[in-house]
Amino acid sequence: MMTMNRSASRPDPAWHERLIATWVLVFVIMGCLVVTEFKPWTLLDEPSLRATRQFLASFFPPAHDAVFLKLILVSTWQTIAVATAGVTLALIFAVPLALIATRTLSISRLGQGQSQNHAAWLPKIIRHAVRGLLIMLRSIPELVWGLLFVRAIGLGDTAGVLAIALTYCGMMGKVFLEIMESQDARTADTLLINGASRSQAFLYATLPNCLPEMVSYTVFRWECAIRSSVILGFVGAGGLGQQMDLSMRMLAGGQVVTMLAAFVALVWIADIISKQLRSWLD
Amino acid sequence: MTISLSNLTVKLGRGDDMRTILDDISLDITSGEQIAIIGPSGAGKTTLLHTLACAIKPTSGTLCVNNTLPWALAKSALHKLRGGIFLAPQVPPLPPRQRVVNSVLAGRLAHTGLLASLWSLYKPQDAALAFAALMRFKLEDKLWLRCDRLSGGERQRVGLARIMVSEAPLLLLDEPVSALDPALGLAALKTIQDEANARHATLVVSLHDVQLARARFGRLIGLKAGRIHFDLPTHLVGEATLADLYGAEFEVAASMVKTTVDDLTSVVSAPAAVRCF
Amino acid sequence: MAGLNTHVSSPPKTQAGTAAVTAMPPPPRRRAGVIFLAIAMLIIASFASLRGEWRGLFSIESAAKMLDLFTGFFPLETDSRFLAKVAWATIETIAMSFLATLIALIVAVVIAVPAAGMSGVLMRRIARAVLNFLRAVPELVWASMLVIAAGLGPFPGTLALAFHTAGVLGRLLADALENAPAAPYIALRHNGASAIAAFAYGTLPVVLPQIASYTLYRWENNIRAAAVLGVIGAGGLGQLLYYHLSLLQYHDTGTVLVAMILLVALVDGLSSLMRERMAS
Repeated sequence: MMTMNRSASRPDPAWHERLIATWVLVFVIMGCLVVTEFKPWTLLDEPSLRATRQFLASFFPPAHDAVFLKLILVSTWQTIAVATAGVTLALIFAVPLALIATRTLSISRLGQGQSQNHAAWLPKIIRHAVRGLLIMLRSIPELVWGLLFVRAIGLGDTAGVLAIALTYCGMMGKVFLEIMESQDARTADTLLINGASRSQAFLYATLPNCLPEMVSYTVFRWECAIRSSVILGFVGAGGLGQQMDLSMRMLAGGQVVTMLAAFVALVWIADIISKQLRSWLD
Repeated sequence: MTISLSNLTVKLGRGDDMRTILDDISLDITSGEQIAIIGPSGAGKTTLLHTLACAIKPTSGTLCVNNTLPWALAKSALHKLRGGIFLAPQVPPLPPRQRVVNSVLAGRLAHTGLLASLWSLYKPQDAALAFAALMRFKLEDKLWLRCDRLSGGERQRVGLARIMVSEAPLLLLDEPVSALDPALGLAALKTIQDEANARHATLVVSLHDVQLARARFGRLIGLKAGRIHFDLPTHLVGEATLADLYGAEFEVAASMVKTTVDDLTSVVSAPAAVRCF
Repeated sequence: MAGLNTHVSSPPKTQAGTAAVTAMPPPPRRRAGVIFLAIAMLIIASFASLRGEWRGLFSIESAAKMLDLFTGFFPLETDSRFLAKVAWATIETIAMSFLATLIALIVAVVIAVPAAGMSGVLMRRIARAVLNFLRAVPELVWASMLVIAAGLGPFPGTLALAFHTAGVLGRLLADALENAPAAPYIALRHNGASAIAAFAYGTLPVVLPQIASYTLYRWENNIRAAAVLGVIGAGGLGQLLYYHLSLLQYHDTGTVLVAMILLVALVDGLSSLMRERMAS
């Protein structure tokens, strides 16, 4: 019995923390429920039930006439084309930007200790400016870019390509930068000390080390871009998304179902291709 | 709990990989008995304990627990029976991030309602019980720590502390003191045996340390290559029997341990005979 | 040559044996060339099918249009009543993402258990298919469908985020559960614990840190997604952005855009700070 009593004087040290965390969580959740007007029962209101029922009923049969299927095929290809073109442009800009911003390939860093870094202030400023640019590019979601481009240059897939190119340039530039900087700097240093230029050191030391990782990330981004490309269609950037938006506005459920199926199949195929490509890289 | 095995055989693996782990085992264990199983590595000690715990289904032969055939029972009844059997694996599988208190209380999940056991993860309900159990293994200061902060020996003792909170009348322990130093191991084993005595539980322990087994248990079962090599009261287990059980390795091991066993000389003097096996 | 060799049916044993000793096998054919060609063709075809519009990108005219648009945002609208509206929309965005992540986590756990093969092979297939579907449909598509059922506002947005996130989290969780060591669970089962109790005491503590970090990561993503979801009328900053952009109120739009960028940058900074602290 003695032992039982003694344990009572050793209360659970995490108990108060847990209790407070629980209460905080409860209040935050209640707040969120209010703010988001979370009223699931509105789904069961007669008008919204009727709308849902009508929409769901129009799902069957899925649209499958030849004209519509051809339209889907064309828009699917447009979606792929927008994604591919966007990622290509992003890649073209991301590699040089990452190259400029990486410290590993800095010639001015050679032969200097940490304290003397102020000697090379111009490259440092450029590096930071490029990093800032990359951050800005990727902190604006592609949908917002798309919305703005559609405003500026009109409806069509160009807006989609540009939106993907800009956002993905920021993302890919940042990741490429991280990949390059995580490499062993000595490989590049040896070449730089021997008089190689930045781009030579990049081609002969950094690139062989990072290429598999960079290619693999680019393929992964292409897969994401296909999804982005569909979403961009909703703001008028062409492809499957735009058709889906139109069908939904018309409440043409049958068309929506067919397009949803096309979209899921597209994502699934892109997933398989991207996995296959990446497994070949290893 | 009484257990009886007759002509029990266990084969594991599939197809060509099928290996006979236990071969024609017959033995009777009476309620409240304390038994040590010894034998070389790979003899089937762990498999035997798992079979007794109704965790491995025998390929042929019968396992009889309390005069019922567990494998003839319905699934739920079999699982209920398992609640009365406590099997402590050699390396206690404790989740690294779990707190010791919950790890110990996990030993009585079979006797705790589902809601109570889930609530206990949020606010440990029987902390006093876990504390008392840990105290018997000198781990009382570890109650609220996370398992990954423990040393190997401490983890093993937390695994043993589970026994204290379980209410099982049959305790099966696989190498319970393998990670403990001799003094601590002896103390831990003593604690477990006292507990088994107190609740009139049957205790079956597999041990590597033959001297410990001889010192603490009245009945020894020697297992070799899946067969019962001997099943004798301890005082009838001589060095020759042991040498026979362990083969040539035993003489080396025995001389390394440098124990002051009376008839150690008899083992050393008979190396030629031992090597014949 | 290598291609031909693969079609030859395997020769008798004796010949194969001698061949292995005498002749070095031909080097494996490199697939790289074919893949590069395929990728290059995909890229060329993509640009070709963009109807040449993209050449217009680099024209002075479209550059001027873009410049017009961006300069049109300034000066930003700083009326205090409008700022309050933006602040409320920001809070709404965060609340949507938080609640959606929480709902998604609960749904994900419920589906992940069968998806990890804990209730049979058939259930595993079905649960995985459900998760794949939830995940394959983007938040925005979910939202545009839910808006039909639930009307405009943050509620359908929250549900849409939750649907998609449940798919993502559910799959990660199912994989984590399948890869978790089985020993703790099995040991408790052998001692008579029920399946749910053994799961809670044996499996859950092992995967919990992984679940926590996935969930935080998804929350971070969801804040970003919630910010734009409103574009189709599902609440938050996006709805405000779309509204003012449609009314050609560029100063207001600029303010919303800045709020959006600040929110995203803040989340980015906080999460990388947290990750650094966790790593050290």
